Amino acid sequence: MSSSHAPSIVIEPRGKFALRPSELWTYRELFLFLIWRDIKVRYKQTALGAAWALLQPLLLMIVFTLFLGQLTGVGPKGVPYPVFTLSALVPWTFFSNALAGSANSVVGSSALVSKIYFPRILIPTAAAASYLIDLVISFIVLLILMAGYGYAPSARIVLLPVFVLYVVAVATGIGLLLSALNVRYRDVRYAVPFLIQFWLFASPVAYQFKVVGSQYRYIFALNPMVAGIEGFRSSVTGIGGVPASVLVISALSALVLVLSGFLYFRRVERTFADII
Amino acid sequence: MSAPVISVTGLGKRYLLGNTAGGYSRLTEEISDAFARLARRGPGEHVEATSREIWALRDVSLEVGEGEIVGIVGRNGAGKTTLLKLLARITEPTEGRAIITGRVGSLLEVGTGFHPELTGRENVFLNGAILGMRRAEIRSKFDAIIEFAEIERFIDTPVKRYSSGMYVRLAFAVAAFLEPEILFIDEVLSVGDQAFQQRCIGRMSEIAHSGRTIVYVSHNLASVSALCDRAVLIDQGRVVLGGTVEAVLDHYLTSIQLKTGESLEHRQDRDGDGRLRIIRADVVSRDGGPARTGTDAEIRLAFAADVPDRDIGISIAVDGPIGEPVFFCSNRVTGEALNARLAEGELICSIPRLPLLAGRYSLTVHAEVNGVLADWVRNALFFDVFEDDVFGSGQLPPTTHGRVFVDHAWSVRVPDPAHVAG
Repeated sequence: MSSSHAPSIVIEPRGKFALRPSELWTYRELFLFLIWRDIKVRYKQTALGAAWALLQPLLLMIVFTLFLGQLTGVGPKGVPYPVFTLSALVPWTFFSNALAGSANSVVGSSALVSKIYFPRILIPTAAAASYLIDLVISFIVLLILMAGYGYAPSARIVLLPVFVLYVVAVATGIGLLLSALNVRYRDVRYAVPFLIQFWLFASPVAYQFKVVGSQYRYIFALNPMVAGIEGFRSSVTGIGGVPASVLVISALSALVLVLSGFLYFRRVERTFADII
Repeated sequence: MSAPVISVTGLGKRYLLGNTAGGYSRLTEEISDAFARLARRGPGEHVEATSREIWALRDVSLEVGEGEIVGIVGRNGAGKTTLLKLLARITEPTEGRAIITGRVGSLLEVGTGFHPELTGRENVFLNGAILGMRRAEIRSKFDAIIEFAEIERFIDTPVKRYSSGMYVRLAFAVAAFLEPEILFIDEVLSVGDQAFQQRCIGRMSEIAHSGRTIVYVSHNLASVSALCDRAVLIDQGRVVLGGTVEAVLDHYLTSIQLKTGESLEHRQDRDGDGRLRIIRADVVSRDGGPARTGTDAEIRLAFAADVPDRDIGISIAVDGPIGEPVFFCSNRVTGEALNARLAEGELICSIPRLPLLAGRYSLTVHAEVNGVLADWVRNALFFDVFEDDVFGSGQLPPTTHGRVFVDHAWSVRVPDPAHVAG
């Protein structure tokens, strides 16, 4: 058709919107710019700025410690309760923020979506990734708290990156699903805060796994964050005690959710501009 | 024509009116709709073709060669922007296909992705990245962008503190330095003040003449005629004509004029609440004959008002043969109150020594009642101005330079001898 060496773009109905890694690579700078924008805008004109990143988990830790920490059996024996709960609140806070941020991201970028083309997937993934900075800050606070209690990190800390990646993947995958649903059904915006609240109680953040009755164990395991939180906590503090079967179910559930989120997003992203 | 870099065959886009085109929906509506669809399902294909569908674009085929600058013209809602959105991959076609070869940049709106909290500098980088520029590329053009936008002093101020003029200038400046092989542009030249628009058009033709392929959508036929080599006329979602700019604009203007041949009273393409409607418009000389250059003229607007009411604000705009603005008159400008307490009547705008050279012009009328838009008809009337021996010299004013007739007189001043000596 043309002598030019540039690749041809074919535009047709239900075209193969296969994920083109080469295209994502050409948009890598935009991805970084979107993350940078989200971080920059989030803390502009806030009095406390980045302190919010540590306030959230710290305040929840204090509340949990005051109201639940005194009860026997909620946390494991021989472990300071604040260390126990904060080591879960660090990944949890990231998860809940990233989820809420990405769920609202596409609708929040409607001007972009209806005026310019770029891989839509960059919007929710950048929104989720922008909370990694908060994760790093709150993780440092966790290390300081552990040092205060004279509680040494576990040798399993080498596994930490795996679980961080896991939590990022789960948050992004479900964020993709919710952000795409949100374009079509604005109900999502109202459902997300409730979902997160509910999810916190369904996750072993304030209590240890043992508290869950054995008959509910496998239902509980369907929560993908069980593996994320337990894995994170165990690699930092060495606190374990969750059966492998539960972790496997949780991880499989995560795989299903993340894949369906990704596939659903890919399927409907081409209609975003028409309905947003 | 050189090898096509854009090749479009049978492209079509269908929107569903109601929940899809009308925006997002609620889950409950979706479910009840699904039941409604099931219930409606019966024999025959025509069930699908409900009145809730609308083809914004249908069966569009065209080719654009490398380095060509093609203007897309047509009325509001003809499908011009839809075509651009399909080519820019913002939305997906319902049928047909398009093949584009080369690095594409699109500009459907200036300042896409500008964030009010970020500074001018930060927004230049963000917006540049969104438009597809590399960071190194933006950095190398940064000074030129800021200079073009004339906002050096405010570059580190959040754009929410910018005046709307500064905002638009910065937004356009980023876009003006976008240099892909193929560029899609929609209407963006109509931003900012007149002087800035001139610079934008200048910049665009610079880009155009550096060998880039451009598809340009605009209402402003003057800019299409200035920039483009070729034009395509779209009406009701279909390509009506493609060819040289002159041929297409000529056809388009004729079609508008035919359309406006129907009586103004019955025209439907008007805005306003209708409390007052202009039912007839005429441009004549004061004695009732045809309008002639340099003779006293009247613009007569017959109106019908539902409520005989007070305070009428009437404006007229006169455009030249290719839609370029020529002049504007309004009783809001002259400060004359028009308090017609009549259900019918005629509004007269007197123009001494009509300053229009011979040619065909169009008249747009805009009427307000008590500050509320009552009637607005674009191109309500096409009228001819005839030449006249204005000065009684036997010479007609030439129509080769501009559209405007300026009354003038010449004399010789004899210099004071003392001054010449000094």
